Amino acid sequence: MVVELFLDLRSQPCRALFIFAKKNNIPFEFKHVELLKGQHLSEEFGKVNVLKKVPALKDGAFTLAESTAILLYLSRKFNTPDHWYPSDLQKRARVDEYLSWQHTTIREKGCKIFITKVLVPLVVGQPFSPEKLEEAVEELNSALKQFEEKFLQDKPFIVGNEISLADLVAIVELMQPVGCGCDIFENRPKLVEWRSRVEEAVGKELFQQAHEIMLNVKNMSTTQLPPELREHLKQLLKP
Amino acid sequence: MVVELFLDLRSQPCRALFIFAKKNNIPFEFKHVELLKGQHLSEEFGKVNVLKKVPALKDGAFTLAESTAILLYLSRKYNTPDHWYPSDTQKRARVDEYLSWHHTNIRSNAGKALWIKVLIPLFTGQTLPPEKLQEVMDELAISLKQFEEKFLQDKPFIVGSEISLADLMAIVELMQPIGVGCDIFEDRPKLSEWRNRVEEAVGKELFQEAHELILNIKELSNIQIDPQLKEHLAPVLRKMMK
Repeated sequence: MVVELFLDLRSQPCRALFIFAKKNNIPFEFKHVELLKGQHLSEEFGKVNVLKKVPALKDGAFTLAESTAILLYLSRKFNTPDHWYPSDLQKRARVDEYLSWQHTTIREKGCKIFITKVLVPLVVGQPFSPEKLEEAVEELNSALKQFEEKFLQDKPFIVGNEISLADLVAIVELMQPVGCGCDIFENRPKLVEWRSRVEEAVGKELFQQAHEIMLNVKNMSTTQLPPELREHLKQLLKP
Repeated sequence: MVVELFLDLRSQPCRALFIFAKKNNIPFEFKHVELLKGQHLSEEFGKVNVLKKVPALKDGAFTLAESTAILLYLSRKYNTPDHWYPSDTQKRARVDEYLSWHHTNIRSNAGKALWIKVLIPLFTGQTLPPEKLQEVMDELAISLKQFEEKFLQDKPFIVGSEISLADLMAIVELMQPIGVGCDIFEDRPKLSEWRNRVEEAVGKELFQEAHELILNIKELSNIQIDPQLKEHLAPVLRKMMK
């Protein structure tokens, strides 16, 4: 029985999983959970992940939430190449360090831009607030500064010479604002070079495939949200 | 050369590290970084952790931030008992799952009561309306519900029959509101029983030692606030007070 991955490629952590599984030829069944149709709120999906979020994994009777956990699980089960999660203690610690730090920094602030610019307008039916967007962009700028100064520095990748889970988790998050028209790579040559290296390490075709939906997010503005989802999001997005 | 752990026991993740290292007899040098004196903002500490946060580790030339990373590093380097981070792939995944979810749920909410009730008044001289505290406690209540329903369920510990890093990271966060009189264990019998089991697994004496400062946090009201720290915190305080 093949592993099932419950994904929506509009979601950053879903993209990390998709890329990781494909790159490593991990056989899996892509179970599409369309967030914009509220499919993650269904009772059926709730049996896979009671937290009602993507990504989620189902491996026989075993279900698992949280992309970090799923990435690590797959890397162990399928014995992926060492560089993704190096066995060297200190290199491994660097990956753990980034995966921990990013939740409330890169991920949170990148999400905030998407929420402010795309999601909230969709839910309330009004244009986005430029002040709120500016605030979100400034917060991400702070996080990016720390990313470059502490995590990337002058190395090709976060851990050193090779791509790891840290770079993968970072890049998918940083593509989210790009898809919303906020090119955070502009005027950041070091980050641009890192991004090129990551795309190459992953494979440009796979990278494009994973990001296709997100880079066409303008198509979202005409989306009709199902009423249950709209209500759910109104609660979730309360300032 | 012994590992150096840069800690302030008022910080939840610092307590997790302190307890873990002591419980496992990991030799370390306790480097006190007094947050309320702004010592984490010093240039010297910045060489240990450029993010200027505790906890941090220094092992020879190797420095490391982020409590999760440090806990895992120590567990591997010192070969701690399996139950902390089980070698069984699925059990290990459960620990990873909790440690990931923890950041933006339990950790992001549990610390706020202390800010609202003690730290913001301390730094700004202003008290916040009771609705602010209620709002924060309501959000924490949602996280606690998910904690009980998804992570704990009817098991003795998060992963199963033994304590792991997941329980340790959770408990130190949930002790934070206790120090300011927000007893989140009251009216939550399942959580309360889990807490007792965790305390016992850790050792009551060690648990008490780790939590002494936070449980006596009200003594803070007489403390001198470092001006540089006050300035540094200004944007954070403004945001929390909105």
